[in-house]
Amino acid sequence: MTHNKSVVVQDGPPSDVEDIKTRSRYLRGELEEALKDGITGSMSEDENRLMKFHGSYMQDDRDLRNERHRQKLEPAYQFMVRIRAPGGVLTSEQWLAMDRLAREYTTGSIRITTRQAIQFHGILKWNLKKSIRTINDALLTTLAACGDVNRNIMCNPNPYQSEVHAEVFEWSTRISDHLSPKTNAYHEIWLDGEKIVDSNADEAEQEPIYGKVYLPRKFKIGVTVPPTNDVDVFSQDLGLIAIYEEGKLKGFNVAVGGGMGMTYGDTQTYPQLARVIGFCTPEQVIDVAEKTVMIQRDYGNRSVRKYARFKYTIDRYGMEWFINELHTRLGWNLEEARPYEFSHNGDRYGWIKGSNGKWHLTLYIPSGRIEDQEGYPLMTGLREIAKINTGDFRLSPNQNLVIGNVTTAKKRKIEELIKEYGLTDGKHHSALRRNALSCVAFPTCGMAMAEAERYLPTLLDKIELILSKVGLSEEAINIRMTGCPNGCARPALGEIAFMGKAPGKYNMYLGAGFAGERLNKIYRENIGEEEILNILEPMLHQFAQEREVGEHFGDFVIRAGYVKAVQSGLDFHN
Amino acid sequence: MQFQVMNSPFSQEQVELLNRLVPTLTQTQQIWLSGYFTATQNSNTTLHTTTEVTTVISTDSPVAISREVTVLFGSQTGNSQGLAKALSIKLEQLGFQVTLSSMSDFKSNTLKKVQNLLIVASTHGEGTPPDNAIPFYEFLHSKRAPQLEDLQFSVLALGDSSYEFYCQTGKDFDKRLEELGGKRLSPRVDCDLDYDDSAAEWIENVLANLNKTLESTGVVQGTTLNGTEIVAEQSAYSRTVPFKAEVLENLNLNGRGSDRETRHLELSLEGSNFQYEPGDCVGIYPENSLALVESLIEKMGWNSEELVSVNKKGEARSLRDALLNNFEITVLTKPLLEQTAKLSSNKALEELVAPGNEVELRNYLDGRDLLDLVQDFSPWKGTVQEFVSILRKMPPRLYSIASSSKARPDEVHLTIRTVQYESHGRERYGVCSTQCAERLEPGEQLSMYIHHNPNFKLPTNSVTPIIMIGPGTGVAPFRAFLEEREESSAEGKAWLFYGDQHLLTDFLYQLDFQRWVKDGVLTRMDVAFSRDTDKKVYVQHRMLEKSRELYQWLEDGASVYICGDEKHMAHDVHNTLITILEQEGGKSTEEAVAYLNDMQQQKRYQRDVY
Repeated sequence: MTHNKSVVVQDGPPSDVEDIKTRSRYLRGELEEALKDGITGSMSEDENRLMKFHGSYMQDDRDLRNERHRQKLEPAYQFMVRIRAPGGVLTSEQWLAMDRLAREYTTGSIRITTRQAIQFHGILKWNLKKSIRTINDALLTTLAACGDVNRNIMCNPNPYQSEVHAEVFEWSTRISDHLSPKTNAYHEIWLDGEKIVDSNADEAEQEPIYGKVYLPRKFKIGVTVPPTNDVDVFSQDLGLIAIYEEGKLKGFNVAVGGGMGMTYGDTQTYPQLARVIGFCTPEQVIDVAEKTVMIQRDYGNRSVRKYARFKYTIDRYGMEWFINELHTRLGWNLEEARPYEFSHNGDRYGWIKGSNGKWHLTLYIPSGRIEDQEGYPLMTGLREIAKINTGDFRLSPNQNLVIGNVTTAKKRKIEELIKEYGLTDGKHHSALRRNALSCVAFPTCGMAMAEAERYLPTLLDKIELILSKVGLSEEAINIRMTGCPNGCARPALGEIAFMGKAPGKYNMYLGAGFAGERLNKIYRENIGEEEILNILEPMLHQFAQEREVGEHFGDFVIRAGYVKAVQSGLDFHN
Repeated sequence: MQFQVMNSPFSQEQVELLNRLVPTLTQTQQIWLSGYFTATQNSNTTLHTTTEVTTVISTDSPVAISREVTVLFGSQTGNSQGLAKALSIKLEQLGFQVTLSSMSDFKSNTLKKVQNLLIVASTHGEGTPPDNAIPFYEFLHSKRAPQLEDLQFSVLALGDSSYEFYCQTGKDFDKRLEELGGKRLSPRVDCDLDYDDSAAEWIENVLANLNKTLESTGVVQGTTLNGTEIVAEQSAYSRTVPFKAEVLENLNLNGRGSDRETRHLELSLEGSNFQYEPGDCVGIYPENSLALVESLIEKMGWNSEELVSVNKKGEARSLRDALLNNFEITVLTKPLLEQTAKLSSNKALEELVAPGNEVELRNYLDGRDLLDLVQDFSPWKGTVQEFVSILRKMPPRLYSIASSSKARPDEVHLTIRTVQYESHGRERYGVCSTQCAERLEPGEQLSMYIHHNPNFKLPTNSVTPIIMIGPGTGVAPFRAFLEEREESSAEGKAWLFYGDQHLLTDFLYQLDFQRWVKDGVLTRMDVAFSRDTDKKVYVQHRMLEKSRELYQWLEDGASVYICGDEKHMAHDVHNTLITILEQEGGKSTEEAVAYLNDMQQQKRYQRDVY
């Protein structure tokens, strides 16, 4: 099944990261020595690169950098640790284990990422091993949660069509397992596994899919079940759209070549939408995923990392080339894509009864941050629920939490706990706030140029005032904010989006499709809060007065001529 | 004292004569006699000795015949050593032949030959001798100690009366020398923290008595004694005349979230002409907390503007000023309570200091200050002046210097951990550390002097490897060591063991040490952060983990330095060194101890502990 043809098509010499990977002996590097170095809480750049493959990377509290330097202290280094849980599904026991870990070794909160993963912040170097071990003891892993490999596979946590979800989730897990790195380094370093020193083992044995240099960049896969597009399937390198008839899964439409990130000032970088190229049966889907990953392995740009994502590989060689290459490697052809329809990419809050008779409660989690706050003991409440819930916990792609598969008997008890701890499904929040998404940014993210998660709620307060004035409080508008253009909160798919440029300054984008089917476009560059509000006020006013029945804001701004529609990333900058 | 046949070498007849004579003698007459007999005996000996002495007699010097005096000091921080040196200079000026030595360098088998022995010894911690006094102390108290009938001696004891075993080492020497047959040249003097006056008095007495001895035999002529001044340094400033140093920088070295606070102070020495070396200390005269002073004045119903005399010279200051700057009000001592008992109308205080209540007294002194005392034992009688006069002078606080003057001319850096704790229902604050933490801005001044510590010095040979063990603020002098070694491009290897609670917030001078490791100035650095791990780890655990390499370093001639807490750390580290010597060197415990003693003798094992 493996196809090891290595096609080297490069524009220049391999980047230094390629060199680090090559030298790492399948992700070992000097990690063990770095963990032992007692005089610093940090790791070197090289080791930090490798740490990503193990699901972690180093950050520091950027708010404290200058102060600590004066105090003759190194920056407050800490590690983000991300758990890869396909489709974001955890059992109650796993939830309790993560809750304990969060309180023991982290800043005390659990973060739900925009890719349905759990993320911990503030783990100190000497607690890394204990933390990762705890995660593995709970039958979860951090391996390949970051790094140049296939990342956490997203899967719609669909509470409605229970049987379809169960099947789709099962296939997601199998793809995830299949694409997991096979190196023993993870076990050796974190779980005190036996050291395998087998220099004779060839590349195909060590890493049959990735080889010793792994992928040129990260690779993202998302699976969704229409009419919901909560995973933003077109933002994925490989998107799979479940096709089902009468509650039975028939297969998947295959979409390739999407991605969010870009670099300011370089129009050769852009967000792109994945395009549907055909259909495969469930049994074929692993093969499709593997071959797609391997094509990117062989053709992706290994010289310049910002051009290395799969979307650029496809745009460079052309979709036709890719389909041919895929078909050649598969030895069979995809079928013609099946019809499907998306209606939205947000979450539906509150209790919903699934087709299997079990209940699902979607809770609104602001910015995906689960912690106890004064007057809102969210973390404690969820812990108490986990203690009695016989179902599961599902992380949504919009950073919310679904308490899933609840029996009617438990539902009453959980409702009591919800009341006791004052937890909320967010229905009292405006529709704008419930559809808001932001990345972590300051103070921990090293790439942030501006605030995101810490600032968005303040901005929303002010936009809500406008919305309530014009009578649009119940209007769902996707609004997204990131601290940089790398795309963690999928900003290019926000009907209104802000990407940070400098403290307090953002580029403003408008016009994405409500169901994630169209990119947005830049409207204003480098603006602060006052200008943002001055722009939005008349625009929302006009929207309230002139909108057509059922028209979404993202569609309206195009019709009204504020921005042009962007159907392909190649037009994003035009 | 009544002479009896049983307690003296005299016959019944002699005893009776003596008992009639002695009570009639004035003190001067007694001293004269004592000197007379000693000198007679000595001059007799002199007459029988070799021609060497005759040669000396035949020189032109007015002080032709010298008497030999041995001055031994046991010193931890250098105070005793400084006094011993000052005494020796005086003696030499008076024509004595002086052998000045640290107790550790003194060959104890020559003790029998010594006729005049002057001892200056401090007491350390809970009544223990300072490091360099231990071998001599043990020898003297052992069965091997010789009988010393020919010896006359005197002891100057340094200590701190707030400790239970005040001046204990000096007292022990004094008692033991007497037991061994020695005779007191002049009585022992016990000095508290403000030792200058009492030490000068002792020196004067000793010199006078020695002189008398010689005068009586006609050996020394025409020598007069001036007041004893401790030898001044090159600088015009000293312990008694502190320099007002400007604060250049004052910051907290502990990161946010730490439950500790450690101030990094940079002081300007410009204009002071102070010289210092790594290992030396700075003495600071701090200021008491205004709030405490005001509570005290209010409680006593005093007038804060009333003038009081603050020293023997009669210098007057307002009461508030005096309590802020001149007197110690945060520590209670036994002598202080005994004297205040006379000023209190409260019977309870009198009872507390009465014999038999030592345990209660000790318990009372612990963790209380002057405010507690005046609150607990009112009503008070007597004048403000009477009260103030019995207070101890504000003692200076010593801090190990954290910088090298080679690397930073005209600057000195200090590392001061803020002391704050609750005791008897009230928050208590370390006087100096709290002043530095809360009331000292850059631009302001601090009264300070340089306190030389000759017992904590880098090896003279810069190639000698050094092993430094200094957790917490104990790391301060090692920052000075490494700055010095970096500045002088020393080639010797250096190994530092350091620890505190949390790496993230408590790693003092982390960036400095990281740079030195990177640049090779520091060959190795092992750290123990006790609260970052499940089991508490301390520096001694890290030493044990590296026992093989550490032993190799010792065998290669490395010098070992320990700085910091004495009670636990220094003790544990010492035992760990013994374990390592046993484990890696195959030595018995006795051999290991001897190995360390030997290192101490060679000045390869030095401690600055507190």
